[in-house]
Amino acid sequence: MIMEILIYGSIFFLSITSFVALYRAYVGPTAADRIVSINVMSTKVVTIIVLIALITAQESYVNVALVYAMIGFIATIGVAKYLMKGKLE
Amino acid sequence: MDWEIAKTVLIGLLLTGGLFFFLVGVIGLIRMPDVYCRIHTTTKCDTLGAGLIFAALIVWQGFSFVSLNLVVILLFVWFTNPTSAHYIAKAEYVNQQNKQRESQ
Repeated sequence: MIMEILIYGSIFFLSITSFVALYRAYVGPTAADRIVSINVMSTKVVTIIVLIALITAQESYVNVALVYAMIGFIATIGVAKYLMKGKLE
Repeated sequence: MDWEIAKTVLIGLLLTGGLFFFLVGVIGLIRMPDVYCRIHTTTKCDTLGAGLIFAALIVWQGFSFVSLNLVVILLFVWFTNPTSAHYIAKAEYVNQQNKQRESQ
């Protein structure tokens, strides 16, 4: 019972801070601010996926978090390389 | 019975520490004045926040296949997040240099 309260409280808190990070992605003056904000939100979503997978006892959902971490890393590297070179090659 | 209570208290402490570091990272992301300062703050959030929350979940699950899977995800996050932070900083620096060179 107390573990469920802890896990659901953590999911709620991470959702609130993820929306706060979305504010920086909306108003950010440069493109690098938006990339940093999306990177932080990606880490938060990975943590939320793992928490949901363990509280619902669906243990194969943990692999979804690994795939989401890989997609976030590739997206960050791609956008940063486009910002640096002006093209992707 | 005492072992269960001690385990629950340890999990609560680790989860609270991880959420604290996520909150610190987001406050720095909103309040810091520069792009490089924001990158500096959010890497703390990635490393310690995710690390402490995953440590709490590993303590909760015990020694099993799921906790091995969690260790793999945690090592992947610890490798890729400093790499992407360094690459974003380098991209922003090169972008500003190019803008200065074009304006001259």
